[in-house]
Amino acid sequence: MTDLYQSQRAMRNLRKAALQRGMIAILDVGTSKIACLILRFDGLDEAGDVDGVGSMAGQSNFRVIGAATTRSRGVRFGEISAMNETERAIRTAVQAAQKMANVRVDHVIACFSGGEPRSYGLAGEIELHDALVHENDVSRVLAACDAPDIGEGREVIHAQPVNFALDHRTGLADPRNQSGNRLACDMHLLTVDAAVVQNLLYCIKRCDLDLAGIASSAYASGISSLVEDERELGAACIDMGGGSTGLSIFMKKHMIFSDSVRLGGDHVTSDIAQCLHVPFAVAERIKTKHGGVHATGMDDREMIEIGGDSGDWEKDRRQVSRTELIGIIRPRVEEILEQAAERLEAAGFSHLPSQQIVLTGGASQIPGLDGLASRILGQRVRMGRPLRVQGLPQAATGPSFASTVGLCLFAAHPQDEWWDFDIPAERYPARSIKRALKWFKDNW
Amino acid sequence: MQSLSRALPPRRDPAPSRWAYKMQRLWLTPAFRVFMRFGLPVLVVALVVGIVLASQARRDALWGMMTSAKDQVTERPMFMVNLVSIDGASPELADAVRAKLALRLPQSALELDLNAIRVSAENLDAVARAVVRLGTGNVLQITITERQPAWVWRTDAGLILLDDTGHRIAGLADRADRADLPLIAGQGADKAIPEAMALLQTASPFESRIRGLVRVGTRRWDLVLDRNQSILLPAENPVTALNGLIALNAAENILARDLTSVDLRNPQRPVLRLAPAALDALRAAHGIKVPTESKS
Repeated sequence: MTDLYQSQRAMRNLRKAALQRGMIAILDVGTSKIACLILRFDGLDEAGDVDGVGSMAGQSNFRVIGAATTRSRGVRFGEISAMNETERAIRTAVQAAQKMANVRVDHVIACFSGGEPRSYGLAGEIELHDALVHENDVSRVLAACDAPDIGEGREVIHAQPVNFALDHRTGLADPRNQSGNRLACDMHLLTVDAAVVQNLLYCIKRCDLDLAGIASSAYASGISSLVEDERELGAACIDMGGGSTGLSIFMKKHMIFSDSVRLGGDHVTSDIAQCLHVPFAVAERIKTKHGGVHATGMDDREMIEIGGDSGDWEKDRRQVSRTELIGIIRPRVEEILEQAAERLEAAGFSHLPSQQIVLTGGASQIPGLDGLASRILGQRVRMGRPLRVQGLPQAATGPSFASTVGLCLFAAHPQDEWWDFDIPAERYPARSIKRALKWFKDNW
Repeated sequence: MQSLSRALPPRRDPAPSRWAYKMQRLWLTPAFRVFMRFGLPVLVVALVVGIVLASQARRDALWGMMTSAKDQVTERPMFMVNLVSIDGASPELADAVRAKLALRLPQSALELDLNAIRVSAENLDAVARAVVRLGTGNVLQITITERQPAWVWRTDAGLILLDDTGHRIAGLADRADRADLPLIAGQGADKAIPEAMALLQTASPFESRIRGLVRVGTRRWDLVLDRNQSILLPAENPVTALNGLIALNAAENILARDLTSVDLRNPQRPVLRLAPAALDALRAAHGIKVPTESKS
């Protein structure tokens, strides 16, 4: 874990350097599109730690100066499957965004939805030396969390302390400088497949960019599409992407659970392509133009030209009614939502005080989805759109950019993670100079 | 059967090539942009100029071209100065000024440095002030104000004419040539001309008797009269002392007597030196005998 700790720390330092320079790129590597935003920071916000809603929800200190989207290539289920293709797509997006911003960016924060994210809840507890919580006590209690067996070839991408408890008081956001005897913490650990992260890292490196941070896209879309009270009281965000559907549950402004269903809008498209015997691009067009999930009597009469390029008149002049199309789309969408409901149920979402569910992501734009979703997921479902961000082009404000916008907010106001705290002295090898120095630093 | 009507060309890859991507990033680097915009042009120009000027033949040709172009302008007839006219100077002085300036005529007016000509003319001793200007018809007019001789200064090297500020004008072969001018002598006499002037004016009652003034030790004046009489004046306030002597002379007429010198250096106590014969006569009158053999 120390290796990962170091690499995450290095990323955090890169991010700090990028914020100092005031320029950072956001890269959302999705299955259906790759989006790149370039942010310009107008100086670090000193009052960023203030609780509550500031001006523009505390994100007025950055501005999007470049935005570009390109069709994703070589990505399946949110994982890179053909690296050359993905590299080309990333280059296209980055170049276009740089051209728009007219600056060069070197640091990039990326998010992806694949890698089978798994959530772990960790708990740690320590006795305090003196009856006051110091900075190093926080790192000690984080280090005291019992590490779960995350499995071979997995890596941690998020390790966020979500709750602190001091003696019998729980729900503390920041226990520092408070008095007590025993400090306990809950940490949320999110692991993904290490190979997926490595591929993404390598791919970005091949584009001459430095990775300054990495996030799960379910987390990012949760940040951008849940509003303040939903994040505080508890809500789930379902990000229906192209190749996978990400779930994240937020509570008390922290993500406490994340998972993903490896089904998405692309599966709907491939269903249409298979059923109607049309190319993928045509199926995508039919889906976005005529798609829906509720058939009405009107839809029986609405005939859709499928078209074709076979040269056979009969085949090229085929028509389907919209009802038939909905008949193809609906089972798949139902399956996605049912799977998501299953995952939420497994996570114990039903025990949460608030049952709010927010649907976002590109695939959530199917007309009538909210009715279908409320039948499957419960009554409190709403369609989510990402927060408005200064300078974002109109074309990039739809729900398909939820994770991209969320990543902007993540870059501007990163959540404290485990690696933001120093390693406690006990974790250093014995007889190390570092350990001695650390001991002096902590105790003098 | 493949449809012939819509034979689409192969779709172009929208992705930039690796090199295009790198070049764009390089071009967006601020330092590189500044270099390309300012550094590189300067470098290229410097390189071209350096290569062109590397050979001596080209440098010479270029220089020749430049000078000939310049000459074509400066040597046009309307700029040429053919004549120098010197006004306000005696013919000898005018010749001397001409020789000093040594102008190569005809010369372009654009190349004449009038100020240098003026300074050069004023460097001549006899010239007090010179006004140089280009007159009509491209005549170089030099108007000279000569220094007026006011004193004759006798030095070891010979006689020198001085003007009323003590500036040298010229040598003088014979005192008789300028008998009208007062004579001064002694080292540093030219530096104390105002004082000498004042003394000479003060001594106007016996103007006809004055031979000249002698500067002694660059510090004080002796007024020399005829019959080898001299009046030794103090360094401080000589005019006052001389006025005292004039008053004494008016009362006692002492300068008409047989004195060799009147020593006024101590204002409290003027000392007279009698001529030997007068001294003997005085002693005889007082009945003082001086053994003549011990005296010799």
